[in-house]
Amino acid sequence: MRRGFAPWADPSAKPLVRFESVTKRFADTFAVDALSLDVYAGEFFALLGPSGCGKSTLLRMVAGFEAPDSGRVLLAEDDIAGVPPYRRPVNMMFQSYALFPHLTVLNNIAFGLKQERLPKDAIAARVADMLRMVRLEALAARKPHQLSGGERQRVALARSLAKQPKVLLLDEPLAALDKKLREETQFELMDLQSRLGTTFIIVTHDQEEAMTVAHRMAVMNRGRIAQVGTPAEIYEQPNSRWVAGFVGDVNLIEGKLAAGTAGATLLEDARGRRFHAAAATPAAIGAPAAFAVRPEKLRLTATPPAPDAINTVGGEVIDIGYLGDMSIYKVRLDDGAVLKAAVTNVVRLAERPIAWEDRVWVSFAPEAAVLLTC
Amino acid sequence: MNDRPARRRSSGEWLIAALPYLWLIAFFFVPFLIVLKISLSQAAFAQPPYTPVLDLTAGLAGLRDFLHGLSLSTYALLASDDLYLLSYLKSLQIALVSTAILALLGLPLAYGMARAPRRIQPVLLMLVILPFWTSFLIRVYSWINILQRDGLLNDALLALGIISEPTTWLASDTAVYIGIVYSYLPFMVLPLYATLQKLDDTLLEAAADLGCPRWKAFFLVTLPLALPGLAAGALLCFIPIVGEFVIPDLLGGSRTAMIGQTLWTEFFANRDWPVASAIAVVLLLVIVAPIAFFESLQAREIERR
Repeated sequence: MRRGFAPWADPSAKPLVRFESVTKRFADTFAVDALSLDVYAGEFFALLGPSGCGKSTLLRMVAGFEAPDSGRVLLAEDDIAGVPPYRRPVNMMFQSYALFPHLTVLNNIAFGLKQERLPKDAIAARVADMLRMVRLEALAARKPHQLSGGERQRVALARSLAKQPKVLLLDEPLAALDKKLREETQFELMDLQSRLGTTFIIVTHDQEEAMTVAHRMAVMNRGRIAQVGTPAEIYEQPNSRWVAGFVGDVNLIEGKLAAGTAGATLLEDARGRRFHAAAATPAAIGAPAAFAVRPEKLRLTATPPAPDAINTVGGEVIDIGYLGDMSIYKVRLDDGAVLKAAVTNVVRLAERPIAWEDRVWVSFAPEAAVLLTC
Repeated sequence: MNDRPARRRSSGEWLIAALPYLWLIAFFFVPFLIVLKISLSQAAFAQPPYTPVLDLTAGLAGLRDFLHGLSLSTYALLASDDLYLLSYLKSLQIALVSTAILALLGLPLAYGMARAPRRIQPVLLMLVILPFWTSFLIRVYSWINILQRDGLLNDALLALGIISEPTTWLASDTAVYIGIVYSYLPFMVLPLYATLQKLDDTLLEAAADLGCPRWKAFFLVTLPLALPGLAAGALLCFIPIVGEFVIPDLLGGSRTAMIGQTLWTEFFANRDWPVASAIAVVLLLVIVAPIAFFESLQAREIERR
């Protein structure tokens, strides 16, 4: 990411794509519900959410395949309501790639340029550029069915970028690739986006993908935006239990706010245990709230803690998930609640001190806990 | 693949693989040889009405006499009298024009069906197939009723004031075209519909996204992808239309006969089995040629993929 690139923080910046309380119903369900969102020029923006949350509908509204029932979609401050898809200066990369099966790679990429009635040599030059960009020069004469999944994905990317759109819309562009290729392609996409400077809006249900590629992301749920922010903001400061649980893994400690020292928050759970967080309390004392702690921020020890240790609870290891680089320990607390702790495997498996059914203590730093009130 | 040991096929597998070939040999190749043999004979007032007849009781001498008796004289006759040539040309002309009309009618029909809401597509499909529930012959006879001088078509046109005098429809090429297009439309629509229905809608969205208006996308995307269905429909129509007998016989005029009618006349009216057989053999060649052409086109298309 470019250092200091944050147009969303600049109050004078004008958004390139703006959704203004957009609503879209299918039958009687809200696909998009009074949603407002700004995307700025040069951003790599991710729409993240479970299937059916309305993220694809939002993308298709920019492309022109869906029209909002109410609200406005603005592109560079112009309402694009009446503009048909073939006149919009945006292009889409489809989840299925939608390559024309009867055309060669070359003609697939040239398709959009030919619609503009550009001179032949201009088209040829641009197509050659695109082929070079996605490293498919050798396969220009092939038909889509003669390509691997990864190659098809690159043709689709080249085709959607050939017309130099103002906004590139990517609908689950990597969903059909295997994990390793997907991760490589994510980095290629980021690299490409920063080189071209084109605004990319990507729709994905894969939170790792969104966090890897995007400058900012909007987490969507049931047609609404749950939270917008940089990946780090959303991961470190989720604004609700739902976001905390959807983006990454999380342990929630439920309780009521208790009176604490200034600049810190105290939470008392149902059994009277008290937990400390470093953030100031925004809500009233006695209000129900939760502390969210990421599994990798939990510490696990087999030795009993000092009597004055804070944020420490005892339990029994009931499950160990070995992932290679790290292991996930599930610890059942004395009250039956289960916490997940992720521990990096710095020593070999056989030398690990904690095993199944061991009595362990789980603790976290006050800085690791995020206070959630909704 | 190649280093895999060759697996022995069981006799059951052989039988299944051989079945279509046995079928073709028994019901196509052998009858064709019989027809080919008769076409090399001469007509005679006898039972059967041609010579020579292979006399198996006479042994080798009988076979030699039989082979000596065969000649190409019927084919010489076909070539010498332009009645036959005109008949073939008429059939090809009617088949080509009808197939073209069928394609022009069938394409929008199938396209409309394939783009209709999913729910009503089975109903539309049913409507295309529905005429098959009535006998073909009855349907062609009904056209006589519609096309005759005081028939429905003239009544309707007179009532609408489009014509002031009843027009003669029957016994003309127009009537033959109407009958053929009506009868063969399902054979054009069904393969086209099957192809268009499989067409991925996102391809049209992709075309629109890349700056292509809908009407243009039809020619740039839909039509090229519908070509296999169009070729199948065209073959399904063209081949039987060339040999069509019933429709021209009932609806057509007497001036120029299609080849099926000429064949019928030779066989039943003239009792000239050898000439009728020769017509059938030449007709087969006329029809095989376009099939072979389409097959080679298709093979090239598959190779290109």
